[in-house]
Amino acid sequence: MKVSITVNGKEHQSDVEPRTLLVHYIREVIGLTGTNVGCDTSSCGACTLHMNGEAVKSCTILAVQADGASVTTIEGLAKDGVMHPMQTAFMENHGLQCGYCTPGMVMAAIGLLNENPKPTEEQVRMGLEGNLCRCTGYHNIVKSVLAAASAK
Amino acid sequence: MTITEDKSTKIIGTRLLRREDPPLLTGEAKFTNDLNIPGALHLSVLRSPFAHAKIKSIDVSAALKIAGVVAVYTGKDLQSAWAAPMPCAWPVTTDMKNPPHFPLASDKVNYVGDGVAAVLATNETASRDALDAIDVQYEPLKAVVDLEDALSDKNIIHKDLGTNKSYTWPLLVEETPGCVEEAFKKSKYKVKERYVQQRLIPMAMEPRAIAAVPQPFGGDITLYSSTQIPHILKVMSALTLGIPEQQVRVVAPSVGGGFGSKLDVYAEELLCMALARKHNTPVRWVEERTENTQATIQGRGQIQHVELAADENGKITAVRVRIIGDMGAYLQLVTPGVPILGAFLYAGVYDIPKAYDFSCTSVFTNLTPTDAYRGAGRPEATYAIEMAIEALAREMKIDSFELRKRNYIKKEQFPYTAFSGLTYDSGDHLLAAEKAAKMTDLAGVRAQQKKQNVPGATRLLGVGMSSYFEMCGLAPSRVLASLNYSAGGWEAATVRVLPTNKVQVITGTSPHGQGHETSWAMIASEKLGVAPEDVDVLHSDTAISALGLDTYGSRSLPVGGVAIALACDKVIEKAKLIAAHQLECAAEDLQFVGGTFSVKGSPDRALPLAAIAFGAFTAHNLPEGCEPNLEAQVSYDPPNFSWPFGTHMCVVEVDTETGAVKILKYIAVDDCGNQINPLIVEGQVHGGVVQGIAQALFEEAVYDEDGNLKSSNLSEYLVPAASDLPSITTGHTVTPSPTNQLGVKGIGEAGTIGAAPTVITAIIDALSGLGVTTMAMPASPQTVWKTIQEATRGGKK
Ligand code: FES
Ligand code: FES
Repeated sequence: MKVSITVNGKEHQSDVEPRTLLVHYIREVIGLTGTNVGCDTSSCGACTLHMNGEAVKSCTILAVQADGASVTTIEGLAKDGVMHPMQTAFMENHGLQCGYCTPGMVMAAIGLLNENPKPTEEQVRMGLEGNLCRCTGYHNIVKSVLAAASAK
Repeated sequence: MTITEDKSTKIIGTRLLRREDPPLLTGEAKFTNDLNIPGALHLSVLRSPFAHAKIKSIDVSAALKIAGVVAVYTGKDLQSAWAAPMPCAWPVTTDMKNPPHFPLASDKVNYVGDGVAAVLATNETASRDALDAIDVQYEPLKAVVDLEDALSDKNIIHKDLGTNKSYTWPLLVEETPGCVEEAFKKSKYKVKERYVQQRLIPMAMEPRAIAAVPQPFGGDITLYSSTQIPHILKVMSALTLGIPEQQVRVVAPSVGGGFGSKLDVYAEELLCMALARKHNTPVRWVEERTENTQATIQGRGQIQHVELAADENGKITAVRVRIIGDMGAYLQLVTPGVPILGAFLYAGVYDIPKAYDFSCTSVFTNLTPTDAYRGAGRPEATYAIEMAIEALAREMKIDSFELRKRNYIKKEQFPYTAFSGLTYDSGDHLLAAEKAAKMTDLAGVRAQQKKQNVPGATRLLGVGMSSYFEMCGLAPSRVLASLNYSAGGWEAATVRVLPTNKVQVITGTSPHGQGHETSWAMIASEKLGVAPEDVDVLHSDTAISALGLDTYGSRSLPVGGVAIALACDKVIEKAKLIAAHQLECAAEDLQFVGGTFSVKGSPDRALPLAAIAFGAFTAHNLPEGCEPNLEAQVSYDPPNFSWPFGTHMCVVEVDTETGAVKILKYIAVDDCGNQINPLIVEGQVHGGVVQGIAQALFEEAVYDEDGNLKSSNLSEYLVPAASDLPSITTGHTVTPSPTNQLGVKGIGEAGTIGAAPTVITAIIDALSGLGVTTMAMPASPQTVWKTIQEATRGGKK
């Protein structure tokens, strides 16, 4: 099936199988491998990206469902070689170790602040419920998100 | 040469931000499955749905008809591909039983997930679809799932072995023969406890991924793998496949966490290599999460019987431990050694006489093989001794912290020769514990507890603690030899000053989240007086870092980091000779501060390292016999383990009506000696603590009686999320290790070791008024609620 999806500001026309997941489309068809896959039960959030401005788990969406949509992946955040403030906050607060959960975590965190620009620690923890990290114990991830919020 | 004290070059101990982060944060970093490998065939592995069954027949004909499928192999088809069975590097006893284990099973499957057939296809979808088309006829056999059942030998898994027992490993240390038994007879207080260490799934967020790329001519092969151990994997895969070692190159690209689960030589790595060579084309494989829970090793899995004897003052007089270890269906790389790594730690941080009787019997079960998981043997041991101390305190009706104080090894006793003969390098347990108590506001919490835990209250407050020692920094090679480990414990480092005074550090450690690039650059930067950004750290590719023993067992800094410092010393030594030659003075008259050699007493007679590096490169004016270039290599074998320690405390509130446990406060005071980068140290503690909390409250690989995994994906296996956890307050004390020049100890496993007993003792403390004295892990709401019911019913009887 033909789809037209705008990825990080660039429109792509492709022919995909109906069962292709958005995450596989992004990784394999578009060739952007920053978005990761960590599970097969839509539990981990490693695949989180933005579709039409909203954070979504791209393993729960078919590529055909994204037809006509605008998608932002982790690769699309930095502008002119300068990282997005959320990326900087993660770096400054040691919000990542192995970095595998990180692209999804950063995309989810940006989505969280879009909805609630000044969250409490509790709200950050609840808001990131769908994103698992095995390395950091979340302590510094929460700190990163709060830092990004207060820098706004 | 010691670290320069020049404040302007003080890098070690600063919170330098990680250089690893930008590529990981922007999606630029490449994990194995991100690599673009044109023409690669995809491997999929058909796995047994039975825990124990005979393979009657396998029909692959329908699978071969699927478009895109290139080949299908059964275990029998590949028998000739293996020069040796899959490796177990730790035959802990000379009579240890080790069943032959091949990448695919041939006649019989021994756990759910055991590989039965391998499909190669031009794309991943076809290779997975083909799995459903393979027809395997099984004859199911009775599965052995329970450890005590395994021990009974009622059903024997590996018939040729004649038993399910793999080995019994005893450690009996007695001042005089029979003194343990005597202590148990004579001592005023005795406790006898049984604990179960549930099986855990390591669950690194990146599932394993592999790509084997053969060279078209000559037979060389490159293996890309999401592994912690490229160096060990190179040797082991060469031996298993019968390939000359120099033809194998192993690369670990970005690796998304390991925690021990990638410290192994896996069937899929060997299959990819064998089939890539057979087809002379790249072969790749990526694990699905549900596959990961079954085909990647699991951790823990022990039943512990622990006894303590103590005199009238509570001084421990003897320790007796009996363990049953769950090996799973086969022995993986270090499976049998895991309980042995804990064998020396059942006396914890306490000063005990030579009256220690430990024995571990390990058995096979029809479950996924176990192996090292963060802490490997040491969290189990710490849990047991810390829980037993609590039981002893209950028995004596005294405060458990007071009991610990009576038994702690004292600061002035270090270096302390333990009952086992091992030397504990340095420590101050009381200091760490008192600091933790202060940070917890222990007195305040106790007062609050008195107010809150009144009869009829349904939200009960509890405080828990544990003091731990982590035997880490694996390891002095000679000690490993005495434990029958098949390799050494050294680490290699090369430091090279390039002509432009930029530095390359090549390490044999293989980071996967620990920030070695940053920390190793900091060490070299401070030693050589160059900016950290001028130091490049190369690792995880055996073509670049030829020698190394990789990353596990909190070894990277105390072994690998120290190796770098030593290599820097060698570079400085050589540079000094060149400087002396060029400054026309004696080498002894030179000092090296902040990257410059100068003649002591006449600071303007000086040469910066930059000039010497360039001079070593041009080689125009070198002292007689001095080789060009500024480079040194070191293989460092540590003289001792490193012994980080600490005390953790936590405050919980237990809802007696629902069984829910809420951690209100978690305090971790850890002492890992000098810290290279406190930011990274804290991160290691946070992550470690949460893995310990996860064992205490959430996680368990649950099997049914037929050996089916009931928690086989991330919606059933409860890896905690941010919303399940508190923030963690870290504190530290600094007791440098005297055994290495950096004064460092490891920190990777400490949090995990301290956390589980801290949480469980807190829950028991909260419920002690209800008569609760035990708590199984994970202490889920159901388990807590049931335990309360049992205790209160028992109380009413
Ligand atoms: S890959 Fe785990 S939620 Fe999408
Ligand atoms: S940083 Fe490793 S999983 Fe989050």
